This record gives sequence, structure tokens and C-alpha cells, in this order.
Amino acid sequence: MTYIINMQGVGRTFPGSVPVHALKDVNFMVSSGEYVTVVGPSGSGKSTFLNLIGLLDTPSVGTYLIDGIDPSTMGEKQRSALRGTRIGFVFQSFHLIGHQSAIANTQLGMVYNGVPRKQRITRARDSLARVGLSHREEAVAQTLSGGERQRVAIARALAGRPSLLLCDEPTGNLDSNNANSILALLDELHADDITLIVVTHDSEVAARGQRIVTVKDGHLSEKSQ
Amino acid sequence: MKRISAKGIKSSRMSLVDILGESVSGMMTRPGRAALTSLGTVIGVTVFVATLGLASTAAGQISSRFDAMAATEVTVTDQTSLPDLPLGVIPGFGDDPELAASKINGLSASGIYFTPDITTSEDNSVQGSLWPPGPPNAEKNSVSVDVMAVTPGFFTAVHAELQQGREFDIFHQTREEPVAVLGRATAQRLGLGTVEQQPTVFIENQPFSVIGIVDDVERVPMALTSVLIPDTTANRIWGAPGPGEGQVSLVVDTEIGAAQQVGAEIATAIRPDYPGVLQVQMPPDPRTLRDGINNDMTGLFMALAVVCLFVGAVGIANTTLVSVIERVPEIGLRRALGARKFHIAAQFLIESAGLGFIGGMVGATLGASTVIGVSLAQTWGPLLDPRTIISAPLVGAGIGLLAGAYPSWRAARTEPAQALRS
Repeated sequence: MTYIINMQGVGRTFPGSVPVHALKDVNFMVSSGEYVTVVGPSGSGKSTFLNLIGLLDTPSVGTYLIDGIDPSTMGEKQRSALRGTRIGFVFQSFHLIGHQSAIANTQLGMVYNGVPRKQRITRARDSLARVGLSHREEAVAQTLSGGERQRVAIARALAGRPSLLLCDEPTGNLDSNNANSILALLDELHADDITLIVVTHDSEVAARGQRIVTVKDGHLSEKSQ
Repeated sequence: MKRISAKGIKSSRMSLVDILGESVSGMMTRPGRAALTSLGTVIGVTVFVATLGLASTAAGQISSRFDAMAATEVTVTDQTSLPDLPLGVIPGFGDDPELAASKINGLSASGIYFTPDITTSEDNSVQGSLWPPGPPNAEKNSVSVDVMAVTPGFFTAVHAELQQGREFDIFHQTREEPVAVLGRATAQRLGLGTVEQQPTVFIENQPFSVIGIVDDVERVPMALTSVLIPDTTANRIWGAPGPGEGQVSLVVDTEIGAAQQVGAEIATAIRPDYPGVLQVQMPPDPRTLRDGINNDMTGLFMALAVVCLFVGAVGIANTTLVSVIERVPEIGLRRALGARKFHIAAQFLIESAGLGFIGGMVGATLGASTVIGVSLAQTWGPLLDPRTIISAPLVGAGIGLLAGAYPSWRAARTEPAQALRS
């Protein structure tokens, strides 16, 4: 069986006069279609863990395979491509380009992956429809509500057809109504067999995952639901 | 652990059109900041175009004035030392040099002038002693002046302006009349205010009726401090100057631009048998003069323009760097979505070059307008090399490219994980 994520003995140390061991001996596997939530206090190593999964950082020790592929053997060009095609990011602060339309924002990831323009538009429209924003395609991002912006961010992540949706505090900047709406959308995506990893502080959000992983002092622990 | 080869993974790629699209989009994000960023280039290129334009306009103006005066003058003198003169060849101008010269195309007027050989026992440097109006007597102080024997054509050739009275003409010349025209300075020295009564002055006891006073001349300025008398009269009284003694000159006024051609032909026209007996002095080639002035002025103004462009470039670099710092989260996002360092660097470089290009176009327009405005105010003909206008946006783009290099490099090196947290 090939895991979407397969980490064995992964550690991350930040060098300095006093080296910081942010993650230690992490063994973590995620299969296709799983919904995993990651919790932990601030400074626990949660962000480092997220950066390693998202190929935004490289482990100091251990092996990390994504879709069975070892990124440590790759150059910057291939790592960027792997990140762009296998991982969809959803951030707490949405990270939309404010003056661009919803559909232009949705296409952004595909621009860097060589998807032809016509195909980009089709896929962006499909993604926006999937998050319920077909009627807001041409709306400029900065005119959208917080919930709508996060939906556009999710649509952007989905449009790249990733193996994994990596969500960092996806409801952190939203009121309860919008937060519930986004969580319901994530549930729908999970039902459609999309693999989800959601990092959160919120225990209610964490409870929605099939698996809850806790990061504390650089160590990973997991309790079964 | 089952591993899949990474060989099948294609590099992240982006078409040129998409890079351009993202760059234009980046420029449009903050129109106010884009305008401010371009302002440095606008100012630099405006000064660049304006200084080059004003330099060429001013140089053109100066050289056209040179053309108008200096380039219309030719002077011919008879050669003094001609040791190899063949037997039988007589030096000098010949019988009627003015008539011979008048047949040359482009010649407007010509006139002979020479200093008569008036010998004084007291001082060899004195050309003539002139007594003020009235018969000479011991009580009146004489004034030492130059005496010039000239033909009537001389007045036209030197563009003489009369203060009062008249010049002498063919009639006076033919009849060897004892008439004189005074230069303005000579008249002042004599205290001669009017010539209405045709006062008489004496040159070495020879009476001459003053018929006019010359106020100004545009060439042969010695005429203003001299007494001008008909050449034939001088020849009758003091004898004609010997040929080949270098005393006789012919001043020639030509049409604008014809001096070089007239100068080349005049010796042959006057002395077709032996042109070498005459020496022709021509003004420097106006093209060489113009080019020299252009080079001097362009060099000076170019230095000023380069300084302005440098200041503009520093301005762009600064603003672009601030823009990069402000857009760090966006850079992080793009990197997370698959952008390579190259894509980020290219986008920022193109943005910077694009702003420079736009700044260059605006600057070229403002610079050209400045040249035209100044020229209109000074009633000059504006001169602006089209290559300056065409190259200005490219210069602006080049400045943008250079100025954007460091900020783009900084942007490309931004770590996506850190950028997304900021």
C-alpha cells in the first residue's frame, strides 16, 4: 500500500548557537481519503510539522515520502512542481490576491504548473462551483466576506487536483457561522474521498477528523477516534 | 517503504505570457505605488531627453549664427613671398578683381581695401595725421588715425551701417574725388557731430570732404577707427600699392553656406592665369564648427543626464525593495503554489522593467515638451534627435531592470514558510 504521506524517523533541528530540536523522531502515515486533524499548543512544533508535510521545509533526519516519492532527491524545480501538483494549501489568513477576481485567484496555482489557459478556466469554474461560489466568480477578492474568501482559497487548492489538502487553522479568522460552513465543506470534501490534514487549536474542529494527532515538545502522539 | 522514482516529476513551469500577465497584475495591485516608483524614471528620463534636446537646440542656434556671419566671409590677399613665380607672371589682383569675382555663384558683394603708403617723417607707425575740420594750422592738434583706401563695394561687403550722410560710389571713384567717410570712433575723436556741411579734414595736408559717418560694420572692424577714402583717390595722391606686397585685400560677402564654394573658386576667377598669387582665407567649415559645439555641449549635458538617471535608478531600486518587503506574504503564497525562485525573480524584474518603460515614455514626452517649450520661449528652432525619443523608454526599461535586480533577487530568496507566517 502506498501512503499519501509516509514519514519515518523524521526530525528537524534548526542550527544556531543553541540548536533547536523542533521535531523529533516522527513516524506518521496518512492513507488516501483520510481526514486527520493536528493539534498542539503554540511552540510545540506544529508549524514545523506542517511545513515538512507541505514541502516548504526539509527534514534534518529521517525519510519523508509523498505519494511514494522522495523529495529529498529533488532539486528546487522538481520540489516546486511536486508541491504545486500534490499539495493544496488553505491558510488561516486566506492569502488571496486582493485586487484579482475570485476566478483569477482560483487559477493562480495552475499558472505555475503549466496548465493551459482554457483548461485553467474550466477547472477554476468547477472548483468555485464545488465550494458554492459560482455566482461570485468575477467578484474582486477584497470585496468578498471572510467565509467567501476561505471558500475561494479552498477552490484554489482543489483546482490543482492535489493528493492532499493541507489546511492551517482554516477557521481561525472566521465567525462561528462561517466557520461551521467551512467545516461542513471540509466534511463534504472528505466524503468525496479527498485527503485532508487540518491543523487547529480548536478542539471542536479537531473532533471532526477521523484521526487526531497531537504535537507536543516536538513529539507526535495519536489517539484513535 | 515503497518509493517511486522522482524522474517522472516534471519541473514547475510557467509560460512567458503567464509571467507577463502576473507582472502586469502586480503593477496594477497598487497603482499609486507604481506611479511613485515610475516617478524616479520619469524625472531621470525627462532630464535626459530635455538636456540632450536643449544641448542640440542651443548648439544648432549658436552654429546657425556662426553660419550667418562667419560662414559668409571670404578674404583674399595678394601673396607677398612668391620666390617661384614664373617669369612674366605679375603678382596682385589684376585689373578689376571685383568684376571678376562678381561672376561667382553665391557671391553677394566684394570690396577692395588697402592702407595707402602715407609716409611720415616723425613716426612710421602713424598712417595718417588728420586735422579736424578747417584748414590745418599749428594750433589744432592732429589726430593719428588709420587711413583705408576702399572701393565702393567695400561698404556693402562689410555690411556698413551709416550713422549719417552717405557712402562714396562709382562716381566718386571714377573721378578720384577727395571725399572721405569716417568711422564712428574717428568721428568721435574729432568731435565731428554732423556732416551736413560736408566738413573738410586734412590727411597730410590733403583736403577731403567728409560725406558720411559709418556707425557699425559686421566685418573688418578696423573701418570704425579709420578714415575711408576712395582707392583711386589714394592711388592718385600717394601712388598705388605695388603688386605682391601683401597690402591689398578683397573682402567678400557670400550667401549663407556659399563661403566654402566661393573661397574655392575666387582665386581662379580673379587670376585665371595664375591663381597662386592670391591667398584665400575662408571661415572654418561650419559643419566642423557645429559638430564641435554639439560635442562639447552634448558631453556636458549628457553627464548631467546620467546623474539624473542614476538618481532615478536608486529611487526605483528603493521603492521596488519596499514593495518586495510589503509583498512577502504574496511571494510565500506563490512559492507554496508551485512557483520557482526563477518565476518570482522574473515577475519582479519584469514589473520593475515595465514601470521603467512606462516612466521612460512619460519622461520622453515631458522632455520633448520641455525642449519645445524652451525653444518657443526663446524663438529657437527645436532640435531633437528622434533616436533620443525612441531610446528613452528603452533606457527607462534598462534602468528598471538594473534597479529591480537586487529586490528581485531578495524576493526569489524569500523562504516560503517564513513568508507565509509574516
